[in-house]
Formats: sequence, structure tokens, C-alpha cells
Amino acid sequence: MNLYTFASPANFYHLAGKLIPWFAWSAGLLTLWGLYIGFFLAPTDFQQSEAYRIIFIHVPAAWMSMFIYLVMAFWGAIGLAFNTRLSFMMARALAPTGALFTFIALWTGALWGKPMWGAWWVWDARLTSELILLFLYVGIIALWAAIDDVKRGDRAGSLLTLIGAINVPIIYFSVTWWNTLHQGASISLTKAPSMAAVMLQGMLVMAIAAWLYTIAVALVRVRRIILERERHTDWVKEILENQR
Amino acid sequence: MHRFLLAVLRRDLTLAARRRGDWLIAQFFFVMVASLFPLGVGPEPEMLARIGPGVLWVAATLASLLSLSRLFADDHHDGSLEHMVLSPEPTVLLVLGKAMAHWLIYGIPVLLIAPVLGIQFNLSWDAILVLEFSLLLGTPILSLLGSVGAALTLGLRGGGVLLTLLILPLYVPALIFGAGAVDGAMMGTGAEAHLSLLGAFMVLSLMISPWIAAAALRISLE
Repeated sequence: MNLYTFASPANFYHLAGKLIPWFAWSAGLLTLWGLYIGFFLAPTDFQQSEAYRIIFIHVPAAWMSMFIYLVMAFWGAIGLAFNTRLSFMMARALAPTGALFTFIALWTGALWGKPMWGAWWVWDARLTSELILLFLYVGIIALWAAIDDVKRGDRAGSLLTLIGAINVPIIYFSVTWWNTLHQGASISLTKAPSMAAVMLQGMLVMAIAAWLYTIAVALVRVRRIILERERHTDWVKEILENQR
Repeated sequence: MHRFLLAVLRRDLTLAARRRGDWLIAQFFFVMVASLFPLGVGPEPEMLARIGPGVLWVAATLASLLSLSRLFADDHHDGSLEHMVLSPEPTVLLVLGKAMAHWLIYGIPVLLIAPVLGIQFNLSWDAILVLEFSLLLGTPILSLLGSVGAALTLGLRGGGVLLTLLILPLYVPALIFGAGAVDGAMMGTGAEAHLSLLGAFMVLSLMISPWIAAAALRISLE
């Protein structure tokens, strides 16, 4: 079977419909499991006592905020290069979730910062660049909202996403490049993690849950966008008739 | 090819010379925003010197946005922009010429006004010199990146505010390095590192943004 079949919105609409329950249910179950590890199995931290438990939300949200942006930039680039309609729809479907995770990362970071640093907010490189990421998300969504013409909106938004993508490596490496108050990464691919195995496990489970949740809601959103844009076609009319 | 660039430059400068009010507004805006801060935070000379570089940089940034929303709008309105894009000359040069004209109209007056405002903010002569240098390197970045935003928001309702929302996040590095250079000079840590980074950012935007702005212009005019 040819994978490109699913680049057609009509085929992808049905595929997405079949996939959504799987992603949604596994995201829900993994969230419960991850929170159970985070709240009951993981030990109290030696230095940060109970407050460290925010990382089970904070770190996955921060990872997803950057990852979703890169995925948006990827779909935008594919769309600009090959003029595929579905890629633009995917980029649009991902943006609100990306902005949500950026906001959650900043919010939980502030909740953690108050007991740890004694301040809700500091203007260090990591925090500032994450804030700029939120501004970029908002700017892209605002640009999409302002342009009525679908084709122009798709292309303009994707171009802006690509320009802003330069911010993502800056966020990721900010703790290495600058001397920040935000701590460095506890996990890396090249050396052993500097945290207990069970904490790491909880964080990874939550990260996978966040990832599956993102896929589920992006698919739900992309189905809505497909219906809206293909409303003049016969197959969409048929679906809408049957739903009535 | 360079004749086309010069023609675009000359045309935009002539238009600006005929309509002085348009670009004077941005300069008065620059002066007014900077003057509001001493009224808002109090007139203590030490504090003004401390916040001065940042305030002047923020004011210069906002003033550039005010004038950038008009960069393509007038030509788009009377239809001449479409003809210039459709002409056999490269759109990249058209965009570059417009950004350069914008810098000449907006950036040079800012450079001339900034020392006066620097004195108002109690900056030392050394600091003013570094401020001038950082603005000289930094204001072209504002014009170049701003041309991308102006092309993306061409002809949209609420385009001016949207332009601000899109472009301000991209201005942040210029603001940090530009104001940081003056701070470094005042604190005695030296301005060279910040100025080098600012210069690198300027060269980078000069190399990349005309292409992106040309692509954005084509998307907007489709």
C-alpha cells in the first residue's frame, strides 16, 4: 500500500478517525500511570523535598512546547516545498496545543521557582527564550486568524514558523551557553541521568503521554479543518448528511 | 541589477522627501516614548543613566515598527507594487531597496536624535558613543527583519498591530545585544562582545531576510 494515499484529505480523514481513540486512550492511561509514579512511587527529593514533583508536568510540557514547534516547522516546510494541502492543515492543528504546552511549562515553572529560587520569575536565558516561544506561537496563530484567504494564510504562517524555528535551539542550549539560574539538563543521551531511576521513569511516561495526547488532539483538530475546507466536496457532504 | 536597486532607493527617498510628515511622525514618536520614562520612573540621574540604554533601544524599536507598517502598504494600495513584483527585475532587490530606503529615512534620524536623548538620560560621552555604534549596527536589523513582517501582513485588517506581534519577538536579540553593549561600556566589562554579536546578527539578517521578505511578498500578492 502506498503511504502517499493518506496525503489526500479524504483518506486521511478516515484514517485519523480510526487512530484517535487509540492515541486518546493510551494518553489517558499513561497519564494516570505517570502521575501514580510521580506522586506515590517516586521518593522525596533530598534537596528540593516535595516541590520537585512539578517536573512530572513541567519537563514533558517544556519538551513538547519545543518539539511541537519543530513539527509545525517541518509540516510548514513540506507544505511550502511540495504544496501539499494536508501538511498545512497539520501545522495549523498543532499550533494551539504547542501554545498550551508552552504556557503550562512557564506556569508550572513559576510555581516551582517561588519555593526554590524565591521568585516567580527571573529574566534568565531559558525563561526568556521560552517566553519568546509563546509569543511566536501567539503571533503565528494571530496571523492565521487575520488572513481570510486559506492558501495565503497557510503559506504566510508556515514562513513565519520557519523563521521562528531558530529560537528552538536557543531555548534548548540556553542552559549550556549562558550561565542561567535555570538548572542544566538532568537527562542527556551521552551520560547517565543525574536523578533516581524511578523519577526518570515517571518523567518519561508523562512525556510519552503528553506526546500521545498531542497527536490525539491534533488529529481531532485536523479532521475539523478538513471538513471545513473540503465542505464543497461530495464525500464531506455525505458525512454531514449522515450525521444530521 | 544595481541600477534597479538604485532606482527603488531613489523612488522611495523622493516619495519620503515629498511627504515629510510621514517619517517625522516616527521620529517624534521615538522622542516622546523616551521622554515618558523619566516622567514615569522619576528624574534621579543615576537611575536614568542605568535604564537609559534600554529605554532608548526599546523606543527606537517601537518607532521602527510604526513606520514599517507603511513600507509596502502605499504601493500596494495604488497597485504599483504588483507591477514592480511582476517586472523582470528580481523581487529580492526590490525588497532590499525598500528596506535600505527605510533605514535611510528612519535609521539615520534616529542616530542623529539618540545622542540628545542620551544627554537627557545622563549618559556619559563614552556610553553615548557606544550607543551610537550599537544603533548604527542595530537599526538596519530592524529595517530588514521588519520588511519580512510588513510583507507578511500586507493588506490585512489590523496589519499594524499584527506586525508588532509578529516582529517584536524577532527583534529581541538586537535589543539584548544593542542595549547590552552600552551597559557593558558603562559597567566597565567592555562592549566589544555585544557589538560583535550585534554585527554578526546584522550580517545574518542582511543575507537572509531579503529572500524571506521576497517570498512573503509573493505569497501576499498571489
